[in-house]
Amino acid sequence: MSELKLPSIDYAALAPILIMLGAALVGVLVEAFVPRHRRHVVQLSLALLAVLAALTMVVLNSDDRLITAGSAIAVDGPTLFLQGGILVLAAMALLLIGERAVERGGAFVAHAAITAESAEDRRQADGAGGTTEVYPLVTFAIGGMLIFVAANDLLTMFIALEVFSLPLYLLCALARRRRLLSQEAALKYFMLGAYASAFFLFGVALIYGFTSGIPGRSAGVDFATINAAVNESPASRVLLFAGMALLAIGLLFKAAAAPFHVWTPDVYQGAPTPVTGFMAACTKVAAFGALLRVFHVAFASASWDFTPVLGIVAVLTMLVGAVLAVTQTDIKRLLAYSSIANAGYLLVGVLAPSKDGLSGTMFYLVAYGFSVLAAFAVVTLVRDGDGEATHLSRWAGLGRRSPFFASVFTFILLAFAGIPLTSGFTSKFAVFGPALAEGRAWLVVAGVLTSMVLAFPYLRVVVMMWLSEPGESTPTVAVPGGLTAAALMIGVVATLVLGVAPAPLLDLATGAAEFVR
Amino acid sequence: MSNFPFLSVLTVAPLVGALVVALLPRRRPDLAKQVAFGWSLLVLVLSVVMWIAFQVDGDRFQFRESYPWIPNWGVHFTFAADGIALVMLMLIAVLVPLVILASWHDAESSKRSVPVYFALLLVLECTMIGVFAAADVFLFYVFFEVMLVPMYFLIGSYGGHQRQYAAVKFFLYSLVGGLFMLAAVIGLWVVGGKTFDWQALSQVDISTGTERWLFLGFFVAFAIKAPFFPFHTWLPDAGGAAPAGAAALLVGVLDKVGTFGILRYCLPLFPDAAKWFAPWALALALIGIIYAALLAVGQNDLKRLVSYTSIAHFGFIGVGIFAFTTQAGTGAVLYMVNHGLATGLLFLVVGMLIARRGSALISDFGGAGKLVPVLAGVLFFAGLASLALPGTAPFVSEFLVLIGAFTVNKPVAVIATLGIILAAAYVLWMVQRTTQGTLNPALTEIDGMRRDLNLREKVVIAPLVALIVVLGFYPKPVTDVINPAVQATMDDIGRTDPAPSVVTTVQEAGR
Repeated sequence: MSELKLPSIDYAALAPILIMLGAALVGVLVEAFVPRHRRHVVQLSLALLAVLAALTMVVLNSDDRLITAGSAIAVDGPTLFLQGGILVLAAMALLLIGERAVERGGAFVAHAAITAESAEDRRQADGAGGTTEVYPLVTFAIGGMLIFVAANDLLTMFIALEVFSLPLYLLCALARRRRLLSQEAALKYFMLGAYASAFFLFGVALIYGFTSGIPGRSAGVDFATINAAVNESPASRVLLFAGMALLAIGLLFKAAAAPFHVWTPDVYQGAPTPVTGFMAACTKVAAFGALLRVFHVAFASASWDFTPVLGIVAVLTMLVGAVLAVTQTDIKRLLAYSSIANAGYLLVGVLAPSKDGLSGTMFYLVAYGFSVLAAFAVVTLVRDGDGEATHLSRWAGLGRRSPFFASVFTFILLAFAGIPLTSGFTSKFAVFGPALAEGRAWLVVAGVLTSMVLAFPYLRVVVMMWLSEPGESTPTVAVPGGLTAAALMIGVVATLVLGVAPAPLLDLATGAAEFVR
Repeated sequence: MSNFPFLSVLTVAPLVGALVVALLPRRRPDLAKQVAFGWSLLVLVLSVVMWIAFQVDGDRFQFRESYPWIPNWGVHFTFAADGIALVMLMLIAVLVPLVILASWHDAESSKRSVPVYFALLLVLECTMIGVFAAADVFLFYVFFEVMLVPMYFLIGSYGGHQRQYAAVKFFLYSLVGGLFMLAAVIGLWVVGGKTFDWQALSQVDISTGTERWLFLGFFVAFAIKAPFFPFHTWLPDAGGAAPAGAAALLVGVLDKVGTFGILRYCLPLFPDAAKWFAPWALALALIGIIYAALLAVGQNDLKRLVSYTSIAHFGFIGVGIFAFTTQAGTGAVLYMVNHGLATGLLFLVVGMLIARRGSALISDFGGAGKLVPVLAGVLFFAGLASLALPGTAPFVSEFLVLIGAFTVNKPVAVIATLGIILAAAYVLWMVQRTTQGTLNPALTEIDGMRRDLNLREKVVIAPLVALIVVLGFYPKPVTDVINPAVQATMDDIGRTDPAPSVVTTVQEAGR
């Protein structure tokens, strides 16, 4: 063994990650030293400032195409595009999380043991406010996601996976209303997430074994080595296939693809709605960012082997999401199944191994994130005395009571349904076009057919809101505070602009659509 | 003058009008109506100017404009009109002001915002003009889909009995068709070298298998839209539930997008597949003619009856298109215009009857002609136009379709002719049961039934009646515009008209 050498580290290229993780640590200190009544403002500003600073660094780094920290982190076009996307969407999610005007005391509980409407809870509503640990947790999660999309070896990727997953498990348990549902969701997410992580880790081990024995190279789990091993390794291909399958399970779990999707509806329903929005937008970007890198960089040469399997997963995901969405009666569960179906459409993009396919998938991720955050922002507003009214029957006649918010939500649903002049249509085109050009006609046909099915549940909500008479129990729409209003407007405007004039973002995505290897 | 960007201005103008109307206060419904009506007249004037500027013997596509939209995918805002599109644009421009005038009081009965109703009508006009004016396949698709949204809310919010069901069914059927077309549009884009320009795409050579699939994708969308049997079941529901004005636009114009799409996209872009599928399409059209006519005879709901007659008429248009002769093609396009006028009139008149009676059921009428003689007379006239009586405009087109089809395919023409007999049955029987015979005593107790046509309604009806009569005797101005475009379409698919049949008979006799 020769002596160990310190890897050179390009701190500027890593700056967005370092800023987020640093801000999270400062957030922990803030919890300890800032008086309770000031913490909310301080924490929220800290988190938002950190996101802005990280975003600035991403923009400044936008020409970087390098691999740093040994071969652990790749800062290239897709990394920067997806990091930018995660940060913008995270800023919107933070606005939703920081909202306290809609409900006195905010959407988050002060201690895990408090039940709704108890004396403790009333004290919180009277001004004590919910936990502010939420912000460092979210900031840690964002930091983990930034690493996840940049990771250039499987171990870094695993650590990033844990860094952003653990805070998410906790965040899910913090809903102030419907405590049991929230805790159940968190536990479910944690248990299944832990299994998925274990699968991932086992996959890493198998792949490591597969890479050993190539002449002139030492074994390793960085993507260049794996890529070389796929072409030249003398080891049994069984190791490769088993490893790929286990890795895929871990990643597809986070991406909420069938058959690894079962946690999604429960967790989406139980988690505090702003956190659900955060997961639906940012986790999806991170998970697909990693999927793209693993399958386009590390296993690119094995695409003949994984495409049929992933293709079946994609079709299954679209089918499950679309068909089960039809039967839902809860708006959050409906959006959860719709997000599963969207994971299927994204997989179609992942399976188009071309520059256009990559840029289309990245465009889809960001466009979908904007719409889904706006959708959950509306969900936080439709409420009655018991908190959010998520049962669909309660939305009947909402269009009469609050035409503005019903119009906004209708627009978002039309976007989900893929009606032109919304980002939903352009992003579908962005993934289906390249997939068809690469000869994946069967995936496109499946996508189109499931879109038809999926249009029905969306339309049902529109019918509920506009064409049904308001009942006794139709909730009112709360006047949004400035933060929610800002997040909602950003989401809706982005959905419209990306539908009418998608060219600038498409240009950006196309310019970024090349991995460094 | 021909450099004026007619088509883009025509498309955008109603949208601007819709915004203006939508922003008017809800408390001032009359102002909203006046602004909407004025705006639609403005569009009409502009369309007339465009009609005059169109050079009959000029290029196939005129008023071409093109602006880049999404350069990454080669999408442009390309507008261009041939003769077929021009007559359809004219039909829209004529119908919309009349529909607005006819719907003057429709929205008031529904408790919902009156300005929004008229704004939706103008949005619908924008999308309808856009869909006929587009010469970029992507742009066409965008208008084709967006068109659903205003119509959905017109039916769902302002419609009658079972409006929710009808609105959702309409939307889902159209969306399903649209998504099939989306797959085909993407496919066309891929094989056509990533361009959406119609003219570039019509030059592309496509392999036989791919061509058939792409044809099918487009054809299903258009067949649902038109609608052809067996994709027709949404139309009676939607037509029955929609407010009369919206129903007139739905059947008069919106459904023509289907037949127009077949003529503009299916035939020129996939000529070989079109020829291969033609027997099947003809069969569907023939089934539609007979089956829908039989169902129409059995209807007891006036608006559903008119909807079924339309499905039968679309069968005739289908026969005209897939006969692949210039006469039949010209007849089909002329039929699209005349059907818009005749059925539009029929829907509006039926709407006036229903508004007076408060019921759409034929059995609730009977002898209404004794109370409202002028209205009953107009209904009779509209019915006769609908069954293509000689002297009315639809006769010309139906006749052209039949003789055009007869020269190439006699059985088809013969079966289609049966439809005329059934048409007489459903129209005359409907007229007899509503306005003739002994007076239904229940009618005399309704105040509305004692009021005959007022001035507003006469203004709505007069232009349509005049157009139907004039075009019945002198269709030349319209056929002159249509003919070159149809001829060019037939050239695209490489079909020439058979030589006059007299000559063939002599030759055959000589053998």
